[in-house]
This record gives sequence, C-alpha cells and structure tokens, in this order.
Amino acid sequence: MSPSSVLYDAPGPRARRRNAMSTALFLVALAALAWWVVQSLADKNQLEWVKWRPFFTDSRAWGTYLLPGLQNTVIAASLAMVVALPLGALFGIARLSDHRWVRGAAGTVVEFFRAIPVLILMLFANAAYAQYTNVGSDSRPLYAVVTGLVLYNASVLAEIVRAGILALPQGQSDAAVALGMRKGQVMRHVLLPQAVTAMLPAIVSQLVVIVKDTALGGALLGFSELLASVRPLSANYGANTIAAFTVVAVVFVVVNLTLTTFAGWLEGRLRHGKRSTGAVVGAHAVEDLATPGEHLGPDELGGAGGASGR
Amino acid sequence: MFDFLNRYDLLGAFWVTVQLTFYSAIGALVWGTVLAAMRVSPVPLMRGFGTAYVNTVRNIPLTVIIVFTSLGLFQTLGVTLGAGSFKTIDFRLAVLGLITYTSAFVCEALRSGINTVPIGQTEAARALGLTFPQVLTLIVLPQAFRSVVGPLANVLIALTKNTTVAAAIGVAEAAALMREMIENEAQLLLISAIFAFGFICLTLPTGLILGWVSKKVSVRR
Repeated sequence: MSPSSVLYDAPGPRARRRNAMSTALFLVALAALAWWVVQSLADKNQLEWVKWRPFFTDSRAWGTYLLPGLQNTVIAASLAMVVALPLGALFGIARLSDHRWVRGAAGTVVEFFRAIPVLILMLFANAAYAQYTNVGSDSRPLYAVVTGLVLYNASVLAEIVRAGILALPQGQSDAAVALGMRKGQVMRHVLLPQAVTAMLPAIVSQLVVIVKDTALGGALLGFSELLASVRPLSANYGANTIAAFTVVAVVFVVVNLTLTTFAGWLEGRLRHGKRSTGAVVGAHAVEDLATPGEHLGPDELGGAGGASGR
Repeated sequence: MFDFLNRYDLLGAFWVTVQLTFYSAIGALVWGTVLAAMRVSPVPLMRGFGTAYVNTVRNIPLTVIIVFTSLGLFQTLGVTLGAGSFKTIDFRLAVLGLITYTSAFVCEALRSGINTVPIGQTEAARALGLTFPQVLTLIVLPQAFRSVVGPLANVLIALTKNTTVAAAIGVAEAAALMREMIENEAQLLLISAIFAFGFICLTLPTGLILGWVSKKVSVRR
C-alpha cells in the first residue's frame, strides 16, 4: 500500500495508465485555462513589460507605495494583536471563573463580538472616533481599523486562551491545589504560563487573520495599507492594475505563509517536545474558535498529550 | 427615534446578504468538494494543484480577491459573467470572489473529514474492486460529509460574515447600507446596534441548527 494515502493502492500497470490519462487530461485543461488567461491579459495589453518593469527595476514603486503600505499593514496588525492579547486573556480567564455572573457576562461579550463581521465593527469605530473624539482625520483610519480588529480578535483570543487553559492536563491544577495554592495563584503561577505556550501556534495563526483583515481598512476606510497601494500604482505606472494586484497578492502570500509555517513548526515542537506537557491549541483550531456559539473542549483539540490521529 | 429607518431598505439589504451567502455557499461547496477530491487523488499533478490553490488562496485577504474581481476582472479585463446592469455584475463578481476564497476552507474541512473515515472502509471497498472515483464518491465522501457538518457550519458562518466585504465593490448589502446610514444619520449607536443584531440573527441560528444537525447525522464510531 502506498504510504501517502489509504484511498488507493500502489498503482499497477492499468492504474498507471489511467493516472497518466488523467494527468494528460488535467494538463490540457490547465493549459486551456492558462491560454485563456494569457489571451485576455494580452488583449487588454496587461502583459506589456512596461507595466511589470517598475516592480523589478524602479525602486520608487517599492519605496513610495508598496513598502509604506506593507509597513502600515504590519503596524495595524501588531498594534491590534498587542492590545487584543491582554483583553482576550482577561475575558478568557473570566469565562472560566467560578462565579456565574462573571462567566455569563464575559461569555455574552465574547459571543456578541464573534457573531458580528469585523467590517461592521470597523465602520462603527470609524464613525465613533469622528463623532465623539477629536482624533484627526489623518490617523482616524488607523484607529478605526485597530479598534475593529481589537474588538473582534480579543473575543477570538479569549476563546483561544480558554481552550489553552482547558487543554492542560488536569493533574497540573490538582497538584497546584494540593500544594495549597489559591485560585488566583494556580492561574497565575501554574496554568497561565503553560497555557501561553500551548496556545502560541493558535495565536500566530490568528495573526494571519488579522493581517488579512487589515485590507478591509484599505478598501473601505481609506487606510493606506498594502491593498490601497494598488490604485496609486496603477495611476502612476500606466494602468498596470493586474501587475499591481499580482505583486500585492504575492506580498500577502509571502507574509502569511511565513507566519503559517512558523505556527506549524511551533505546533510540531509543542506536540512532540520533551519538555512540554503535549497540551497545544493547534493552528487549525482557530477557524472553529472564531465561530459564535462554538466551544472546543480538550477532545477536539487533540487532547492533552495529543491523541493526534486527526 | 426610529422614524428615519423608514427611509432605508433594511430588510432589502439583509436579503442581499442572505442571497450572497446562499449562492456563494453552494458554489463553494461544489468547488471545495472538487478541490478536496483533487487533494486526495492518486494523480500527483491534481494533488499539487489542489495544495497550491488552497495554500495561495487562504493566504490572500478576501478583500484583495473581491476588489480584484471588480478592478481587475471587470474594469480591466472586461469579464462580466453574463449581461446585466452594473448592480447584477457586481453581485456576480462578489459571489465569484467569495466562492474562490471560501472553497479553500471547505476543501480543508472536507479533507479532515476524509481522514476520519476508518481505513477498513476503504480497504473493504478496494477489496470489492471499486476504482478510486467509486471509493471516493460511494464510500468515503458520504461518510466524510456526515462528520464535517459542524466544521462546514463554521465555514458557512464565516462566509455570512465575509459577505460584508462585498461592500468594497458596491454591492448593496448590509454593510454598504450601514455605511450609508452612518454618513447621513446621527444615531450611530442605534444604527450599529441594528446591524449587529441583524448579523447575530443570521449567524447564531445557523450555528445552533447545524450544530443539532451535525449531532444527528454524525457517524458514531
């Protein structure tokens, strides 16, 4: 049996022929698609070297538009993460409180913000800053984007923190209680430090979500991040919209793939590391934790020590 | 206090949101299933294509994809996806963008479902002489779908929230109306509360109903 899949056997002569046929057909389909794309690009003169050259030879394309845009994206994303983390930790711990009203209040807030699109929160924040504060109109988009991202991501991070604490082996808090620690001490000295390690992969993957969501500010709030650099680029370099979009998309993919790979590496290290408890909130749990009404228990997280068949 | 609401078509805007969600969900389910089938297929080229598609699309912001469908596909290349007014073209382009993006997540959810199908099932199917397409469509996918209703529901809820991005290319859905209302009216808190409530009404029941369905249909092992 082929080790790569349980769905098919190691191919015999007939299967090899069939696979070769499928490969050929698929290649033809891909080639047809590629030909169509190239044709329609060439029809609209989007393949001319003049339109692509600025990204390779003109340092101004990067220095004036792309890099400052990327810088704003990174600033907004990191600000949002830095502010959202402590808030998320606070709410995540509050959701595990022994007092019902604390749990209930924190739960309501978290569910509320997880159920609302982040764009709605950004629009609200933008208008709120305009009406109730004297934040200048230059810096208002950044404030609005960061505020929207913080409100949404703090609630997602609260779930990540909660899941991280629940993923720890029960023995950890049992042992701490047996030593005579109080609730707060158990949380501060035993659970939280380990939970932070366990949820690092999930936090890094959430950073990918944040980076992607900053583009909303560029499209709808006039925040001059990476996506917003497409318009001035195509205005200055002869309507090279396709080239500009391609470069912007590639930059996003490179940044996010780096983060995703890092998250995966962290996760592997935590799952199989000698010095960890094996408790981990995986990078893939993030999508589920962002859903209102969804709570992941230790089972769904692969469990302490990792029943990691999935 | 609520008088000004009569001047806006609130239900109409949320209806567009629902339509966007509906068409994109169907498209993403179909295309995502095809992608998942490619990713587990015995043909290396298809596997490579599926992997490359998912890893690329998941890492591009949805906003970039949607704005590209309008600025790039429509305005630069003249792709309209059929005749119609600007309004219907924008709508179709937004659906195309949402399908492109969401299908990557559907594919990943489905693939994790395929992994939960016990080896014995596929071994038995192969012992009966079924070919790979038969194993996949008759044995594996039906069981995989039943075990991923929960994750797919999460993708659907994320999709519902993501339809707001269509406001970036002028589709008259809920977020676009909210933007317009905030600009013209003074009651910021009231307007925001209405739209927040609208989205809670769309997302929470979806989660509850599909959560119930997923318990009903999941294969007990």
